[in-house]
Amino acid sequence: MSIAIPSFKVETRSGTSSLAALAAFAGLALAIAAPLVVSRGVVQDLFFILTTLVLAQNWNLLAGYAGLISVGQQVFVGFGAYAMFGAVILAGLDPIAAILIAGALSALLAIPTAFFTFRLQGPYFAIGTWVVAEVVRLLLAQWKALGGGTGTSLPRDATRDMIGVDLIRDLFGMKAAAASDALTYWIALLLALATIGFIYRLLRSKQGLGLAAVRDNEQAARAVGVDARRMKALVYVATAFVTGVAGALIYVQKARISPDAAFSVTDWTAYVIFIVVIGGIGTIEGPIVGVVLFFLLQKLFADFGSWYLLVLGVIGILVMLFTPRGLWGLFSDRTGIQLFPVRRTLIGGPPAHTPKGGPNG
Amino acid sequence: MSLLELERISKRFGALTVADEISFSVGEGEALGIIGPNGAGKSTLFNLIAGNIAPDSGTVRFGGMDVTRTPPMGRCLSGMGRTFQIPQPFEKLTVFENLLVAGSFGARRREAEACDRCAEILVDTGLFDKANVLAGGLTLLQRKRLELARALATEPRLLLLDEIAGGLTEAECHQLVATISAIQQKGVAVIWIEHVLHALTSVVERLLVLNFGKVIGIGKPDELMASRAVQEIYLGIEL
Repeated sequence: MSIAIPSFKVETRSGTSSLAALAAFAGLALAIAAPLVVSRGVVQDLFFILTTLVLAQNWNLLAGYAGLISVGQQVFVGFGAYAMFGAVILAGLDPIAAILIAGALSALLAIPTAFFTFRLQGPYFAIGTWVVAEVVRLLLAQWKALGGGTGTSLPRDATRDMIGVDLIRDLFGMKAAAASDALTYWIALLLALATIGFIYRLLRSKQGLGLAAVRDNEQAARAVGVDARRMKALVYVATAFVTGVAGALIYVQKARISPDAAFSVTDWTAYVIFIVVIGGIGTIEGPIVGVVLFFLLQKLFADFGSWYLLVLGVIGILVMLFTPRGLWGLFSDRTGIQLFPVRRTLIGGPPAHTPKGGPNG
Repeated sequence: MSLLELERISKRFGALTVADEISFSVGEGEALGIIGPNGAGKSTLFNLIAGNIAPDSGTVRFGGMDVTRTPPMGRCLSGMGRTFQIPQPFEKLTVFENLLVAGSFGARRREAEACDRCAEILVDTGLFDKANVLAGGLTLLQRKRLELARALATEPRLLLLDEIAGGLTEAECHQLVATISAIQQKGVAVIWIEHVLHALTSVVERLLVLNFGKVIGIGKPDELMASRAVQEIYLGIEL
């Protein structure tokens, strides 16, 4: 069985990805310059898109790669937001610094949460995460110092005196409100890029390969030496951190919090699931496509009240029935284009002799 | 010293005893076949060895270490590679990526190191043409080959094969036997459960006959098959 094996090569990069990288640079330059060019309303819209994208990428990593279908991610949005409010109002910290603390506390919260929910499988896990979110919401609604059930606002000067706001005002001659919007927008942009970069790197690494194996078949993954439990737990805690940061950032911009809004299953999980599913679960491109589509739908149908939700539901069902891999999946299958290629392709011809498998192989 | 050692392993599911004080051992590089009628407890025994089921009593030792309470992942890392009777591929990964998971995690290598070996295994198992095909699109026979290839990629000292010859044509069966013999000649011990007796006996040195969770006999294939007890229990049902 000593066959001379030609050296094989493994490739993950595809030709289109370098072109896309160039386009991405141009897009990035535009995105950075946006607050200087467009109106405040547009900056707020872009902020919404970016933060929703961060939530969607995280849910995608959780459900599409680690196989953890959570409907309780609002717990980290709400907890992160409340942690930020607590750090600003009670400890007098700067909101920007409080965002990082909120992320760390959310990751900490994920540990006891995982302790309970990881004992549950499949749909039970989903319900379990939701129950945890409700419990945390009810607990925080008791916190009188932060407004209890009715909620509270950030002190006006807290957002006005954030680190960096003065600098932006002086540099670009903006009003305080516009400057703080620009600041939160840039942070959201940074967060979105960092999240995508982190996930892309993870998926191209050995750990990412193991994660995909766990998603496809956990029993088999364990049998070939993948530590499935540890891997899922790490993803769960990492997404809790980023989701907490996103939650805190969203509420720095909103500057007003209430338990019902901060722990809303519709806003922070249901919409996010919709985005990931219509865009294409299990791809990095999917949530990007999904979030843009979601934003457009929201703009189009915002005036139609409950019709809006009906339309979302119908689109969700249609996509699940006809293109279960989402719109990006459909596009990618037809064109072969991948912006974030992670597939390991074996290239290099088979050896000169006929492989043992023969024609049936 | 033997590589794998089972000592009085017992397992009951309710009133049903599926493993009854099973003791045997397999040496380094040895090939052992396990036969028995349907429901004899072969797959259960397999899962007891691979760690998917914990025994009620008894000890499993692998490479001199007590692994009775070690989960499947740990057993894989210590050198047990297994196939599943019903193939369990990573369906959304390609055939090559399936091997790469095993070759990097199971064999504790960096991904780049595992690549060449995984490509070699694809050649040896006749899956090279399918390297970049999604495993979910394979036929049953190809899936069974993938099971073998993936188990090999973990670079095992002991290979556990669960009915991988079933449904193969005569020619395919010959290829499989050749592949497994070659693996064994490289010093890998093999435990093989199989209904296709002639495939089994052309590879293994010893056979273990199981019925109702009990070891009926263990020894050289021809001697064992000639014994009356085995003929009654095994062949009586089979013919």
